[in-house]
Formats: sequence, structure tokens, C-alpha cells
Amino acid sequence: MMIQKENMIIRSVTNIALDTIEMVLENTYISKTAIPGQFLHAAIEGHTLRRPISIADIDQEKETITILFKILGKGTEKLATYQPGMTFDALGPSGNGFQVDNTRATYLLIGGGIGVPPLYYLGKTLAEKKCNIVSILGFQTEENVFYEERFQALGKTFIVTNDGSYGETGFVTDIIEKAGHFDSYFSCGPVPMLKAITSKLPTKPGLISLEERMGCGVGACMACVIPSADGKGYQKICSDGPVFHAQEVSL
Amino acid sequence: MTNLAVRLPGLELKNPIMPASGCFGFGREYSSFYDLGKLGAVIMKAATGTGRLGNPTPRVAETASGMLNAIGLQNPGVEKIIENEVPFLGAYDTCIIANIAGSTLEEYEKVASTFNETNLVHALELNISCPNVKEGGIQFGTDPSLAQAVTEIVKKASKLPVYVKLSPNVTNIVEMAKAVEAAGADGLSMINTLTGMQIHLPSRKPLIANKTGGLSGPAIKPVAIRMIYEVKQHVDIPIIGMGGVSNAEDVLEFLLAGASAVAVGTANFSNPYVCPEIIDALPETLERYGFNSVEEAIGKGIMSV
Ligand SMILES: Cc1cc2nc3c(=O)[nH]c(=O)nc-3n(C[C@H](O)[C@H](O)[C@H](O)COP(=O)(O)OP(=O)(O)OC[C@H]3O[C@@H](n4cnc5c(N)ncnc54)[C@H](O)[C@@H]3O)c2cc1C
Ligand SMILES: Cc1cc2nc3c(=O)[nH]c(=O)nc-3n(C[C@H](O)[C@H](O)[C@H](O)COP(=O)(O)O)c2cc1C
Repeated sequence: MMIQKENMIIRSVTNIALDTIEMVLENTYISKTAIPGQFLHAAIEGHTLRRPISIADIDQEKETITILFKILGKGTEKLATYQPGMTFDALGPSGNGFQVDNTRATYLLIGGGIGVPPLYYLGKTLAEKKCNIVSILGFQTEENVFYEERFQALGKTFIVTNDGSYGETGFVTDIIEKAGHFDSYFSCGPVPMLKAITSKLPTKPGLISLEERMGCGVGACMACVIPSADGKGYQKICSDGPVFHAQEVSL
Repeated sequence: MTNLAVRLPGLELKNPIMPASGCFGFGREYSSFYDLGKLGAVIMKAATGTGRLGNPTPRVAETASGMLNAIGLQNPGVEKIIENEVPFLGAYDTCIIANIAGSTLEEYEKVASTFNETNLVHALELNISCPNVKEGGIQFGTDPSLAQAVTEIVKKASKLPVYVKLSPNVTNIVEMAKAVEAAGADGLSMINTLTGMQIHLPSRKPLIANKTGGLSGPAIKPVAIRMIYEVKQHVDIPIIGMGGVSNAEDVLEFLLAGASAVAVGTANFSNPYVCPEIIDALPETLERYGFNSVEEAIGKGIMSV
């Protein structure tokens, strides 16, 4: 779908975990056209560069888009102060999302921290296609955990914290054996986590979603690139991605 | 009716607004937002002799009122650009300016002469000032005699008018401008980015992988205005001005300082519609400050001594 510059009306702002904000936004075009894994390139007042934030959920009837973001720096700090009724503009739906064609397969969703959000809308979409879903969600500590019940409603869900303060202890990769059989996986999270997953699952088909500092967000400026696995150049995260086949890029 | 047209060597511009090199790719992405035929011209991303992969990431960082970039001239190489990109832009009713770069005089010569193979390009912008490319090591943009040499070679190799893009990372910008004018430049383009650095506190290291990057955006506008103002008084060739332009008032300020046309870079990232919005707002802005045409405003800010 074509990227447009859209006006997002904020409907609710909720603090759902440590420094983690859930924001429900109203916008017709994006709610009708976005697919899981796509993102909004949000303009934040006072900032030269837009901020990429994944689409975490969509309600097509209410024409709303949910985003979840962590307050990490100046831009997300400012966005977190926005109140219901306020608006901001976003380019979207941006990027290439998770393509899912197979029904009735078993999928493993592996999310790390603020990489969890895009997997929720993906999981919901897969559940509607009658797929089996198993989720492994990794967080630093208990206070960072969010959306556990929502993922549980989609299928078996493991929560793992690095310090063991909630759920299992360790990293998401420590839990993969417990997840049982799956046909392919979808993952989003920090690069070290994605690296650990792709090297642990070298032969499984998988799609991973990547992050990098972006400029234009539409594929023109060549800022957010990742080397191709074939060593022959770069892929653009904002427009070729952010979702790639696990074996397509060199992490 | 306010007249927005400007006539420059090789360029019959219907208005003075053009996206700056590297901030607009080869136009494809932005063509889904609006008709590129609305633009006075498009300056393409730099072309080098053979394809370049560019620098490792992160390649950009945000700064107060601007950004740093160190893309490293990622481009498919001049031949592929002529084959795959130029025809796309050529289908629009706008002028095409090809930005050319290289690490050696031979590479510049090759890129310039290869652009003779297409008749869709109207002018060259000779990028002697990219701060983000290390290989070759020669800084054409900061040494007047090297700048002169590369300008002469490109002028000889090309049948197109050549606008030399000056680096602001020099002590004496007028000296640089005079050197390239003497070498036969048809125009100047200024300014490129200012070399800067940002240190990432958690890792205690420069945030940009290349360590340094080029500063662009509103933060550099006063530097650009000052340099154009100084240079305009010492050269007779026209100037394409750029650096932090984000609205029609900024454009008028560049015209007053001595620019004949204006390129818009970083502002495209904040607002993909910035160029057409500026074009629409320009007549009213010119009128408000007492001008009937763009050409009338050029250099009017310069105080006679
Ligand atoms: C495709 C994509 C989807 C994303 N989805 C989400 C999400 O759903 N929820 C969420 O909390 N975060 C998400 N992120 C990360 C989010 O974009 C950054 O956390 C955010 O931009 C930080 O902005 P800041 O102003 O708070 O931080 P600052 O450090 O002040 O930002 C400075 C600059 O660096 C960029 N930047 C800093 N960290 C990152 C990062 N990790 N990735 C990309 N750019 C960064 C900023 O955009 C800005 O241009 C996503 C990133 C990408 C690329
Ligand atoms: C991401 C990015 C890439 C750029 N690439 C080029 C380039 O390839 N060649 C060039 O001459 N200038 C390049 N520039 C410099 C711009 O063309 C322009 O001179 C500079 O950014 C100042 O204008 P601005 O403040 O409007 O961005 C680039 C700038 C940015 C931000």
C-alpha cells in the first residue's frame, strides 16, 4: 500500500509497564491498509527526524491503530506527554511487513523487549487464519513485562526475564526447546537476540524485523541499511524491510 | 503575477526550488507523494565511477535543529544511474542535475564524461566536498589548487554546465569560490554539510560508525547565508544555495544573500511535501516583502560598502 502522510488522532495514552506507553490512535487510511510488521514514521514536535514505531494492533471497525513504545530518549519522552485529543502526523503504513500465506501451520513468535509490539498484531492475524501460535517473550525484568494476557489469548506463551524476576530466567533462546514443534518463526528484538536466534535455528524458515537509525523512512536517503547475506550490497530497512527472511541479511 | 522562473546556465527553471543531492534519492520514492514536474529541478544522489556500498551503520544521528549523516556515497555507479534512474526522472517536466563524486581526478573525469551519453541531464553538480568518504584521501574541497584542477578536468570532459559544490569546512570560502570560477565553473552550489560528531553516552563512543558526519538542517542555515553573502560579492557566476531551508521565508533569505536558486535537503525527511509546499507559498512570500519575481530578489540583501 502507498505510504501517505496521515493525521493521527490520539484516543488514549496508557502506561502499561516501566517507561512503556500504549497509545491508541485513530486514522482511517492506515487502519484499513496496514499489515503486521509495518510501522508509522511519526513526526514529533521539535525534532528534525521522525521516529519509527511499529504497529502493534489494529481495530478496523473502530479505525484505530495501537502503538507501544518505550521512553528511551528525547523523542519518545516528548511523545509520551501527548494527551488524548492531540494529533501528530505520521508517514504510513511504512515498510514491508510479515507476509503470511500458510494457514493451519504452527508459528513461533519470539519477541524481545520493545520488539514485542509488532508480533501482537501478527499473532492476532495468524490466529484469525486458524494457525497455532506459541510465543516466547523476553524482558529485562518483571517491571518491563507487558501484553502477557493478550499473547496467552493467542496460544501458549512463555515469559522470560533476564534476571528471573518473572517467568523463566535467562534469554529467549534458552526457552526455544520448550516451545515444542513449530513450522517457522517470526522474531523482533535487539540485534544480539536476533543473531542468537538465527544461529540457533539455521535451517528453520523465519522472518525477522530489524531496527536501525532512519533518515527519510521512505527509501531515499540510504541511512538505515543492513548488509545482504550474499555480501553484494545493502538492503534498506525502511523500505525493503523492516521484515526480512532470516537468511537474507547479515546481522 | 509573481514570476518564479529563473534562467541559469543549462537550466530553465520554472521555479527556483529543487531537492538537494542525497536527500531525494533519484526521485522515485517522492514521486508517490507528488508530481515531480512541479519542481524547478531535481539534484540526484551522487554518482561515482563504479558502485559504492557506503559506510557501516549507524549512518545518521539527530542533533539540535539538524542531523549528522555519513552515508558514504552509496550509489549504483554512473552507468547504472544513466541506465535505470535518469530515464525515470527524464519523464517529468523538470530539470535534472547530476551530482558527481570521486576519489581521484580520473574517477571524476570518467563520471563527467559518462554523463555525456544521455541527453536527459541538464547540468552537473561537482561534489568536491563530501566529508564522509575516506578512500583516496584527497580533499578536493578544501584545497583551492586541487579544487581548480578537478573543475578544469570535469569542464573539459563534460559538455554540460558545471556547478561546483563547495564545502563549508574551510577558512576562506571566497578563495575556494574564486579558484573554481577561474577554472571555468558555470556556477556554484553551496553549502555542503559541516563536519561534526556526536558521542553516544551509553557506549562512550562516537554514535556514527564513520565517527564523523556532516551536519545539515536548520542549524547550518546561518553559516550558509553568511558564506553565500560573502561569495556573491566576489564572483560573477550564479549560486545555487542550500543549508537548512524549510520554508518560503528561508528561500527568500537565500535569494537576498545572493543565491539564484535554492535546494532543500534535510527538510524532505521531516516533511515529504516540503518542496511543493514551498513552491506554493513562494509567490505570496515574495509579494509580502515587495518582490514581483524571484530574479528581482537575488542579491538584494547585500549592503553596498
Ligand atoms: C522499524 C522500527 C520499528 C520500531 N518499533 C518500535 C516500537 O514499536 N516501540 C518502540 O518503543 N520502539 C520501536 N522502535 C525503536 C524506536 O524507533 C526508537 O526507540 C526511537 O526512535 C528512539 O527515539 P528517542 O527520540 O526516544 O531516542 P533518541 O536516542 O533521542 O533518538 C535519537 C535518534 O536516534 C534514533 N534512534 C534511537 N534509537 C533507535 C532505535 N533503537 N531504532 C531506530 N532508531 C533509533 C531516533 O529515531 C532518533 O532519530 C522501532 C524502530 C524501528 C526501526
Ligand atoms: C542524508 C544526506 C545525504 C547527502 N548526500 C549528498 C550527496 O550524495 N552529495 C552531495 O553533494 N551532498 C549530499 N548531501 C548534502 C546536501 O545535498 C546538502 O548540501 C546539505 O544537506 C545541506 O542542506 P540541508 O540543510 O537542506 O540538508 C547529503 C545530505 C544528507 C542529509
